[in-house]
Amino acid sequence: MKKEEVPQDNGYLVKGSFRELCYAVDKDGNYVTEHTTGWTPKTIALSNAIDEINERVEKAKQKVLANQSSPIEYFMEVNKMDVSILASYVGMWNWQVKRHFKPLVFKKLKLKTLQKYAEVFEITTEELTQMAY
Amino acid sequence: MEINFEHHQSAHCENGVVSNLMRHQGFDISEPMVFGIGSGLLFCYIPFLKVNHAPAITYRAMPGFIFNRFAKRVGVEFKRKKFKSHQQAKEELDFNLKKNNPVGLQVGVYHLSYFPDEYRFHFNAHNLVVYGRKGDRYLISDPVMEKVTTLSEKELEKVRFAKGAFAPKGHLYYPVSFPKKLELNNAIVKGIKQTCRDMLAPVPYVGVKGIKTVANLIRKWYKRKGVKTANHYLGQIVRMQEEIGTGGGGFRYIYAAFLQEACKQLGNSELQKLSEEMTQIGDSWRDFAVDASRVYKNRATKTSVDLYEDLAQQLEAIAIKEELFFKKLKKAI
Repeated sequence: MKKEEVPQDNGYLVKGSFRELCYAVDKDGNYVTEHTTGWTPKTIALSNAIDEINERVEKAKQKVLANQSSPIEYFMEVNKMDVSILASYVGMWNWQVKRHFKPLVFKKLKLKTLQKYAEVFEITTEELTQMAY
Repeated sequence: MEINFEHHQSAHCENGVVSNLMRHQGFDISEPMVFGIGSGLLFCYIPFLKVNHAPAITYRAMPGFIFNRFAKRVGVEFKRKKFKSHQQAKEELDFNLKKNNPVGLQVGVYHLSYFPDEYRFHFNAHNLVVYGRKGDRYLISDPVMEKVTTLSEKELEKVRFAKGAFAPKGHLYYPVSFPKKLELNNAIVKGIKQTCRDMLAPVPYVGVKGIKTVANLIRKWYKRKGVKTANHYLGQIVRMQEEIGTGGGGFRYIYAAFLQEACKQLGNSELQKLSEEMTQIGDSWRDFAVDASRVYKNRATKTSVDLYEDLAQQLEAIAIKEELFFKKLKKAI
């Protein structure tokens, strides 16, 4: 990649406020560093990944509304986590977390357990139990 | 307290922290040098490790490896510590800052408040340097940022004790002893040899063979998992290739920069030619990304099957180029 070819496509999500460093070749064939404001193929990939997450959040929300899952799954998706990441944050096994996705089990959870989840999601226990969309 | 620490932006965090810490101690080591000596370049397909619900593909060595190999090969000794107690982790950090000793930290990215939102995933192998404290804010030199920044005590504790794969556990490190003169020549040769060995490894998921495996998978994903998942995975390949920290082209440009520097250091003119060849390989990776983005631009719409075939063939061509390249590099050194 030549220095003049370093892409400056303004990743629209960051709006040019965040410039990364690229390595490129100058006129004399020497390697130099050059800032880049973004590159369209990468921006598309990033925004697709974010759309994917938003879809997962929406799907989880519908599941909770249909009483097929508990708010824990919804907030897990909001925080871009999966079961194993969430489990390690709350210090439980994967199967325990999955069990807490069941609405009936969730209703019977102790306050202490709810607090653990709430703390990880950075919300109050009320917000967790009376999920506000 | 504030330590007089010079911040240099780098493409990649791990190389950047090592390079910045070395420069602070008076050793002028560039980022590509750290990357090359630490055998940073790689290709690896890790189907069982899911990142953002897609299989992980990496273009560089495991977090921490570059750092360890670099230290060992040039003979610098680092002190490193992990913690169970949050309190102890903080005390050790404050103690070092008081001694005017800037320290490197391994942190999780998700809670880094100064990062743009779309980069904040649960990735735990980011590195930064803390070089002082003002009031309740720590002064941070994050090598991928243009300028220095700060984090509150609470924020720093959170990122140091992020959970999940590669959990940092407060991991803290700083150099303690240096050789009188850095023996770069041997270290460079060792670093290059290992990269050649890794890239030509007879393992289906690693190096040149790994690229071929992924090329084949591109042919199959849309049949097995549907167009939407196939395009999501394709996006993942490009994201990992052009992710912040790669310097573009899946680290291939940084490696070319390293070969150019190594050419001057070793006086081996063959390496300059190979550096140019590596630059072209980097360009091929970027061409691949452009074509791939045309496919995954429409996330779920059915694209012509030929397009996947075309992408697979492009990757195979890259694999052949890299195979030839590393065979030549092995001979040249």
